[in-house]
This record gives sequence, C-alpha cells and structure tokens, in this order.
Amino acid sequence: MISIPELSLVVLVGVSGSGKSTFAARHFKPTQIISSDFCRGLVSDDENDQSATPAAFDLLHHIVGVRLSRGLLTVVDATNVQYAARRSLIDLAKKHDVLAEAIVLDVPEEVAVERNSTRPDRDFGARVVIRQRKDLRRSLGKISRDGFRKVHVLRGVEEIDRAEIAYEKGWTDKRELTGPFDIIGDVHGCRAELESLLARLGWEGLTHPEGRTAVFVGDLVDRGPDSPGVLRLVMSMVAAGTAICVAGNHEAKLARALQGRKVTVAHGLRESLDQLAAEPPEFVARALAFMDGLLSHYVLDGGRLVVAHAGLKEAYHGRASGRVRAFALYGDTTGETDEYGLPVRYPWAEEYRGRAMVVYGHTPTTRPEWVNNTICLDTGCVFGGSLTALRYPERELVQVPAEKVWYESVKPLAGPARDPALLDIGDVRGTRHIETRFAGRIKVHEENAAAALEVMSRFAVDPRWLVYLPPTMAPAQTSALDGYLEHPDEAFDEFAAAGVGEVVCEEKHMGSRAVAVLARTPEAALKRFGVAGGGAVYTRTGRPFFTDLEPLVERLREACEPLWEALGTDWVVLDCELLPWSAKAGELIRSQYASVGAAARAALPEAVSALEAAAGRGLDVGGLLARTRQRAGNAALFRDAYARYCWPVDGLDGVRLAPFQILACEGRATALEPHAWHLETLALLDSPMITQTRHVVVSLDSARSRAEAVAWWESMTAQGGEGMVVKPAAHVGGRVQPGVKVRGREYLRIIYGPDYTESLDVLRRRFLGKKRSLALREHALGLEALARLAEGEAGWRVHEPVFGVLALESEPVDPRL
Amino acid sequence: MLLTISTTARPATDLGFLLHKHPDKVQRFGQSFGEATVFYPEAGDERCTAALLLDIDPVALARSRGKGSPDFSLSQYVNDRPYAASSLLAVALADVFRTARAGRCASRQELADTPLPLEIRLPALPCRGGPELAERLFAPLGWRVEAQPVLLDEGFPEWGDSRYVRLALSGTVRLADALNHLYVLLPVLDDGKHYWIASDEIDKLIRAGEGWLRDHPERAMITRRYLGRRWAMARTALARLAELGDEPEERLEPAVSEEAPAEETAADEAAAAEAEAQAEQPEAQAEQPEAHAEQPEAQAERPEPGAAGPDATTSEAQQETPESDGAESDGADLEGAGVVKRAPLNLQRRIAVLETLEELGATSVIDLGCGKGELVGALLSRPRFARVAGMDVSSMALTIAARKLKLDRMPDGKRARLTLFQGALTYTDKRLSGYDAAVLMEVVEHVDPPRLAALEQVVFGHARPGHVLVTTPNIEYNVRYEFLTGLRHPDHRFEWTRAEFAAWVARVAGRYGYRATVRPVGEPDPDLGPPTQMGVFVRD
Repeated sequence: MISIPELSLVVLVGVSGSGKSTFAARHFKPTQIISSDFCRGLVSDDENDQSATPAAFDLLHHIVGVRLSRGLLTVVDATNVQYAARRSLIDLAKKHDVLAEAIVLDVPEEVAVERNSTRPDRDFGARVVIRQRKDLRRSLGKISRDGFRKVHVLRGVEEIDRAEIAYEKGWTDKRELTGPFDIIGDVHGCRAELESLLARLGWEGLTHPEGRTAVFVGDLVDRGPDSPGVLRLVMSMVAAGTAICVAGNHEAKLARALQGRKVTVAHGLRESLDQLAAEPPEFVARALAFMDGLLSHYVLDGGRLVVAHAGLKEAYHGRASGRVRAFALYGDTTGETDEYGLPVRYPWAEEYRGRAMVVYGHTPTTRPEWVNNTICLDTGCVFGGSLTALRYPERELVQVPAEKVWYESVKPLAGPARDPALLDIGDVRGTRHIETRFAGRIKVHEENAAAALEVMSRFAVDPRWLVYLPPTMAPAQTSALDGYLEHPDEAFDEFAAAGVGEVVCEEKHMGSRAVAVLARTPEAALKRFGVAGGGAVYTRTGRPFFTDLEPLVERLREACEPLWEALGTDWVVLDCELLPWSAKAGELIRSQYASVGAAARAALPEAVSALEAAAGRGLDVGGLLARTRQRAGNAALFRDAYARYCWPVDGLDGVRLAPFQILACEGRATALEPHAWHLETLALLDSPMITQTRHVVVSLDSARSRAEAVAWWESMTAQGGEGMVVKPAAHVGGRVQPGVKVRGREYLRIIYGPDYTESLDVLRRRFLGKKRSLALREHALGLEALARLAEGEAGWRVHEPVFGVLALESEPVDPRL
Repeated sequence: MLLTISTTARPATDLGFLLHKHPDKVQRFGQSFGEATVFYPEAGDERCTAALLLDIDPVALARSRGKGSPDFSLSQYVNDRPYAASSLLAVALADVFRTARAGRCASRQELADTPLPLEIRLPALPCRGGPELAERLFAPLGWRVEAQPVLLDEGFPEWGDSRYVRLALSGTVRLADALNHLYVLLPVLDDGKHYWIASDEIDKLIRAGEGWLRDHPERAMITRRYLGRRWAMARTALARLAELGDEPEERLEPAVSEEAPAEETAADEAAAAEAEAQAEQPEAQAEQPEAHAEQPEAQAERPEPGAAGPDATTSEAQQETPESDGAESDGADLEGAGVVKRAPLNLQRRIAVLETLEELGATSVIDLGCGKGELVGALLSRPRFARVAGMDVSSMALTIAARKLKLDRMPDGKRARLTLFQGALTYTDKRLSGYDAAVLMEVVEHVDPPRLAALEQVVFGHARPGHVLVTTPNIEYNVRYEFLTGLRHPDHRFEWTRAEFAAWVARVAGRYGYRATVRPVGEPDPDLGPPTQMGVFVRD
C-alpha cells in the first residue's frame, strides 16, 4: 500500500521497460499522467527522437507547473534515474508548494530488456537499460535525501503488480468542517478577556449549545498575564473537539525556547517562560507538544474559509512548504524593518482576489476591517485594545475590551490599512469570466473590456459611487400588425408563453436613464461607500449628469426623505429616468436629430416645387412628386417626435426624476422585489422634482385586461409618449427577459428614421436574438453587483460586474433595438 | 438631395446638350442607395434649369454598407443623407453627368469649352465651418456665393443655426469645371464621418481637381477633408458607448486628438504633398492600397520646417490653441540643433522631460499617458534608456503610437526595450512598477479632481518609481493665448496656477515620501510664469 498526499507531484523512477506507463495507467487518470515520451512526440512528431529531449522536458515542466499551480495531482512518467532529473522536478514541486513523492519501480534487468525487445520502437538494445540501471542503483542509496517527502520503492514485478495507492488528505485540509465557527483573534495570555469573550459568544464551558466550533488564529501566548491559563483552556477545547487552533509565531518561538534552542527572549517571551516555570513539568511538556504540533493554517467549510495566523495568499491555500508556513506565521515580510524595529509587512490582503474568506491576526489594528474578503482580528487586547471574535458564517464581530494595558506596545496600533475601494487593473483587464449568482459565469471579451476601461477611467464618476449600471432592454418581438413595428400583444404573448401570469406595464419616460445613489448623511455615505458626500447621479455609461452634481444630489436627498424610514436604511440606489431628454442629450439632439429635421425642412419644399414646375411643363415625374410630399409630411412628424422630449431647463429648474425601481438599500438587494412593491414604495415620494411612473397591471389570461393595457398604450403613444416597458410582476429569472419595451409608432421615427413607416416590410426582418441575450447577461451582472453591494463585499467585487455591464454594452448590436 | 443648375446663356436649352440630358425628358438612374432623377423644371430660351433629385432610401442606404461596416451607430439610420447635399449627391452627380464633367460634348464642344453664365442652387448643403467656409471655398474659383444659414429648429430658436446653408452660386464658369467643383467640394464642406474612403480616392481627387485645386488657397484643407477622417473606422465599441450616453461620438475621442488643434497644417500639407506625389507617379499607389491611409501620418512626422513653426499658415486660425501638437515636427532631430527656442511648446516640454530624466540618471522610464508615443519614440532613440514603456488608457492612441513608432518594422534589439500597453491611472497595476522614472506629461489635468487621489496612490503609493516627472499647464499663462477661451484642451478637467501646482506637488511628495521641486518649462512670462510647469519628484 503506497500512501500519497491528495495534492502532490508523484515522480515515477525506473529504467526503460520497468513498466512505469503500465503502472501509471493502472493507478491514475490519463490526464494526471505526463510522460516524457508524450511530450517528446508533441515537440518532434517522434516519441523516440532523442534530440528533442531537452525541448520535451521544457514542455513537461511547463505542463506539470500549470497543473500544480491549479492544485492538481500530477504524475511524471519518465525514467528519472538521474539525480538532476529528479532535482528539477522537486524544485518544481517546491515552487508550487506541493509535496513530491517518488515511486521507484525496480525490476530485474532481464525483465526490462525483454520488454523493450518486444517493442519495435525501442530498438536500442540492452545497452541503454544497463546504463539506466546503473544510474538507478547509484541513486537508490541516497534518493531519500533528494527532497521527496517519501520514497516508495517497489522491488520486483510481483510487488509492483500488487501495489495499491491510497490517498492522504492534506493536514491543513479541514474542508469537511462547515462550522458555524467563532474565530478568535490574538489572545496573548489574556485569559480573563478570553473567558469573557467566550461567555459573550454563548459558550458554556468547553462547548457551545449551538454546536459551534472555536477557531484560534494563534498567538495564544506571550506578553499577557496568564499564558498557561490560556493554553490550558484552549488545549482542553481542542481535546474536547470543540476548537481548532493554528500556529502563531509566538507559539513557534516559545516552543523552540522550551526545546532548549537558542532564541532571543523578547516581545513578551520572558513572561511566558516565567509563568510556565511555575507550572508542573507535565503541563509544560503537554503545552510544548501542543504548540509544536500546530499547523500553519486550515482550509475550512468546503474551501470557503481559510484561517492562518498572519493570513495567507491564495496560491498557498492548502499547500505545504516552508515558505507557506513562514507566510502563515510571519506574513509576507519584505525583509526591511520599520522605525520601531518591527518587520515591514507586504500588504498581501490588498492584492488578495481569492474566493475564500481569509481570517487572521498577527498585526494589531484599532478596528477590524474587511479588505478583499480578508479580515484581521488582532485588536491588540494585550496592549489594552480589545479581544475580537468573528462569527462565521454570520460575518458578525463580537468584542470585549481589555481589562487593562497588560503590555506596552512599542508602536501605536495601526488604523485601517488602505483605501478599500482602490481598484486593481487585474480586476477588469483582459478576457474575463464573472461569476454571477443568477446566470452562472458571464464572459467579457478583452476588446470590450478595453473600451470600457477607457470610458470608465476617463468619464465615469468615482467608482465607489458606481455600484450599478442598468442593463440594456430588448424590444418585444416584431409586430406583424399593419402600420406597427412594435405592439403590446407580442410582449404579452411572450410572457404568457414563459408561464408568467401577471405583468406590469410601466410608462417609458422619454429622458435619460439615470442611477441615483443617495446617502442620508455624509457619515452613512462614508460607512457604506467609503466616500463622504451626499451621493451621485450618473448615466448608463457611468458619467455624472452634471459637472457639479451636488445641487441635484441635494435636492434628491431631500425628495427621498420618506424612504429612510420606510426602508429602514440610510442610503438607497434608485433606477430612474431623468427628464427632459434634452437636459443630458441636448448636444446629440441638436447635432443629430434637429439637424436631420433642418435639412429636410430646407430641402423638401424646394424639391416639391421643382417637381411641381416640371409637372407643370407636362413632364411625367411619376410617383416622385407624391413620394416627396409624403416625405415632407414624415419629416414634420419626425421633428414633432423629438421636440416633445425637449424643454428648456435653467439650472435644475425643469429637471425631473422619475424613479421606477429601488435597486438596493442597507442589507438588501431590493431589485428582486416585485414591481408593485417598488411602485408603491416610490409613491411615497412627494416632491415637484419627482415624476411618478404611470402603470397598469395586466392578468395575461384575461383578454379584457390585455385589451385595456393595449388601449392605454395606444392613447399614451398617440400623444407622443415613448411607449411602455412590460415586466413580469415578480422576479422570474432563467431565460425569461426581465422586461421588454414596446415603443410607440411616432417615437420610432426618431429611431428608424422619419420615413420608416414606408419600409416596414423590410424593417420587420430585424434580428432580436443578440440584443435579448445581452439584456439577460447584463441584467444578471447588474443584480450580481447589487447583491455584492448589499452583502458588504469589497469595492472591487462590486466594481467587477459593473464594469462587465459597461463592457458588454460596447458590443455591437443593432442600435435601433 | 436636390441640385439645380441654371443657365441664361442663349439658347438656354443648350444646357441639355452639355449635360447630355434632354430637357423634355425625365430620366432615372439607379444608384445603390436609391434613385437619381434628372428633370427640367424650366426650359426656355432665356433660362433653362436642370434638376438632379436624389431619392435616397435610407433603409437601403444602411443596408448597402453591409455587415462589414464598422460603424454601428444610430446615425447610420437616422441621418441627413436623404435631404442634404452630401457626398452621396456628389457621387450621383459624378455618375449621371460623367461625360459633362469630363468636358466632352460631341455636338457642341465649343460650348463645353466656354465659360457660361451659370446658377447653381443647393437648398440644404451641410457646411461645417459656416457660410464663410462656402465663401472661402467657392469664391476663389470665380463664383459669387450666397450662403444663407438654415435655422436648426424653429421651435427652439435658442438652438441657433444648423450646419446647413442654402447655397446659391452664380458665375461664368465652364460647366465641366462647375461640376468638378461640386464633386470635390460637397464632401469637403460636409466633412462627414460617413464618407467612406476607398483606396482610389486620391486618384479621384486629383482627376477632379485638375486645373484648379493646385492653386486653391484652401488646398490643404480641401485635401484633408476630402480624404476624410482616418480614424473613423476604429471606433466601434467606443461609438456605441457614446451613443448609450446620449453623446456625440466625438466626445469620446482620445484626449490626444488624431490631428491636434491646429489641424490644417502639417498633416494637410503632407496629405496634399502626398496627393501631388501620387499624381506624378500614378502607378505607385496601385500596389499598396492600404498605404494611403497611413502615408499622411507618416509624412507628418518628417520635419517640414515650413509647416511646423508657429508661423505656419492655419486656415482656421481661431482654432489654434497653445497645444498645437499636431503641427509639430519630430523633436528628436531638432532639439540638439539649437532650435529649442523657436520650438513649439510641446517639443520644449519633451526636451525638458528628456533632459531631466538624463540628469536624474534614469535608465528605465515609463510614460504614463503616452498618447501617440512622441516621448516614447524620443526615449527609444537614446540608447541610455534601456527599458522604455508607454501606457495609455486609449487603445486608439496606442494603435496610433504603434504605427508612428513603426512597431512592426522595429529591429528586435530596439523592440525588446519597449513595452506598450493599455492601462488606467486610477487602477493599481503591477506593470507600472520597476522603472527608475515615471513621466506624467500633461496627464493629471485630464483626470477628474475627485479621482486624483486614486492616481496619486497608484503612481506614488504603489508603482513607487525612484523619480516621477509631472508636467501640467500653468493656467495663469493662458491670457497670453489670444484665441483661447476656457482651458487649453476640451478634455482638461482643470488647470492649475503655479501656487496650486506647487501645493499639490508638496502635499503628494510629503504624503508618499518623495522630495520634490517645481521647474518652469517654456519661456516664462515675468508676471505669469512659464506656460508649462514641471514637478520633479525624487523618492527618499
């Protein structure tokens, strides 16, 4: 029985013909086995081309490296009889903090020679085998010193055939423990505070009535008044199976001191040694064994939680090596020391992008702060701070203050380390796959990310405010009704077919889409968004609506006063339309729409009179005259269509906001609430600045209800209204559109051109598939951003899906949809 | 869409012979985007008028572009093409009156060779540059020009005039010349981004411009505009985002303009020179159609003292601003030669930066916000800079930079010293670390003030190069620029006084552990200070 770690690099060692490939194929998956012959074939088209060997091993090392970095067990099938070959593989394993195992297949020479002779591709005769065997013999004596964790030697064909492989779980792998946990920060001998904290957490003696498990982040000892007491308590809990503990640098040093090794007695070690000197020797021995046996870190709860004393970067999770242990115990030290003589630590958490939550201690701070899903619980209890616990999965912090300053800190406690909203280019650049909870992974292409980066960094509001971007919305399926391109019937049919019973039709305000992020107070803004201020109002591409947003934000905060009470929040994100259209799009309207109107108005009457003159001369101008007159009429309708959405604004006077959805507020991604809830809640707003959204609710199985909604839409659009949006009354999910728009006949002149009504047959052949797919993906990204925001995730985590929406929006689709 | 040509030469109906279109017939000519009709609203002996009416089907027009069209903007569908006298009208005119435009008339050749009293009317002529531009373009060709602006929207008089004019030209001109004038100048006046440039456009320009374009005072602008905006095709993704934001596409153009403000100079001269060169060697352009779009840019790099200096004739002088980057020659060749004093500001700035980098002993430099890569190119030409990197947020700017630096033809040794990549200064980025010096030349003023803190953290807190050079305009100096209203570049979010900049430099240096000084760049004014100020940061 050969026992190997679940994650390891298995190096097969044996001469040509020793049966390595057969052995590997019997015990491992084909994808786990990387053979030198295979690689030689890949780089030379000839598995036996020895001149390709260096290139083949380059490739082999590359493949092995990639697999190990991804945490995959890998078996190298090569002779590996020479020290140099094994050395390079051991180095590779070390580089990826993975243990290396050797399995030596030692068969008699004649067996190997015999096997080779039956293979036509191995016509190199006995000479090669003899040489390899000589190498192997020479190696066997000292292979155990190569650096393998274990060397498993199988002697003879029979032993090889009988061998079985068993897997050992990594020591740090406690993924089966799912909590709930109470993770406790650096205790440093503060027994009284620890007892109070456990009591505060609901512990009764060594157990918790809810079956919770305590997790200690290390540094139980030194500096404080009762390190033996703390050790005794923790050791009992561990023995009772209600606690686990990882090693802290102080345990490591104390253990070394107790083992009689030479250590510098500083940083509170003296106190521990003195206190332990008063304890019975059996206890000291047990404590030493306990401390000496502590592991660098634990991976818990299916891989979702990692606890290490000084934290751990993602590449080291579940790995085993000297440097992993060093990182876990001492942090990512730069080798420099600061003005207090303490090591300077590299801020690894700022760059942490892993999915697992990392909880640690080691560096005393005034208050624990989440940085990229990591948190440091060392709040300097022994220095007179407090002792902190994190309840997991609740993410709730529980603290007890220190009873006194037990030990003077040489260095003042550090405040929060960094601006948590500072984004890294790695969060957005290149082709990305964004995990969403509502639609799985969503791909963002590199070129779209590039365009989004430009717009985001040059024009968008501060990303801390930019917690959401609205998704695109597809129109209803094309109508076949005479004179119409879009009609409510198709929207109703679509949702009915998807099994939706009730939809809400909301008036589409013709303005500019706006997202309003509003905070009740600057303090609330600072707490939630990490930026002091009242809020921001921005466009679909994240641009601020006005150069100076403050007056608008101020008025809106005032207008939204009723929401604070109603929602029990001190901030809110609203999805709105800002009116009039001309307030934001003035330049576009003038340069594009009004220009078309002006050209038409200047040209068409002259064309008509020239044609009339020709007709007057008796020339047959055919249908051209009638058609040109028709165009003049259409051009006038076109002009009226855009002019309806323009009115002069003077500063903010004339600007109105029509909110139609409450996207998020404290602790809630309210976007998932039924639309009736949104409209009812928003109806609380009573301010001249706020325009209510007219709507009707439609029972899709009632022909009458449908007909009424159609009539409503007809009357609205006949008066020049943009149209309406039809949404399932409550969140559906899946492949069902979150809403479709049904635009009015006149409004569509702005989109399809003044004369579009003359070419409906051609225009009906429009393709909606891409737009609809984009709408679903962007919607999922938007919801993801809101969910992450509501759950209090780090700024970059919210930014990632928001950026994704902007990137997807740069995809080319028919802009008329 | 409508063009009328009238003559009062007697018998006026001879116009029919010259145009090869009978005055008593209505003739239709199919075009890919609709139909052109020629008819005569009047045809008497005294006066005869031919009308060319272009009936454009906008749906067909959009479709005729095909799937390969990179422009996915809405303006492709809702545009003035069915109404305005654009390049489409020019194309139709060239097609329908091909023989007349060549000056041939079998039955009345002497008439075709004679200048005739002509009146031309275009009711909706897009005219970017206003009625004066129509005057400037047509008057030198012997036309009396009446250009009446068209109001944008009568319901919104405050919106002012549209870009269209009602144009009436009258003069005694050979008909073929008149048609060629229109053929070339309609798209020039329109200056539309939808004017697609085919590889044979230079040829067409030369043929149609024979006999009059070479001596036209606005030749440079005509050439440049006729050949269109070269970058218009690269913008798909950005254009779409512009549209989403309800904004004209131009708003999202990179802060480094493709041909910066004093646009009608070097590049135009180069394009014109190119056009002339092509005329002399007509076989040259046949082999490499792709090269045409490139050449003018490449030409602009070549030192052309006549076009480069501050005295360069600019036909739109009011547009000239101090940041006349487009009008420069490549500084690398000039700066050693004592031309410094007369060099444009951007060149002086670059020299100041290069000299400071050398003085600081930097051997690896990253240019943050490298734009079109001028500084990167200058750094590469000095072997002491062993590693040179350029970063910009605009992929379009980087594409231009790659082309101007001739990346694809660069020898391996030089290429190995250079890294170009897209990035943004508001995101921390490992790729920014590891250089002796970082340069932010005219960059900070493009960042919104609330985002400056992030930039400071990214550059001074994270990348932490040994030296940082920051240049930015001195706003006090702006009063020296006669035609400048507002800031020096439309994308500038702010400009600082000397005191403001000094305070910023001191604060950033203190916060991130740098020592810093501020130096002047350019000829200082005794009261206002230098046009540009440079902060030199040295890490403690």
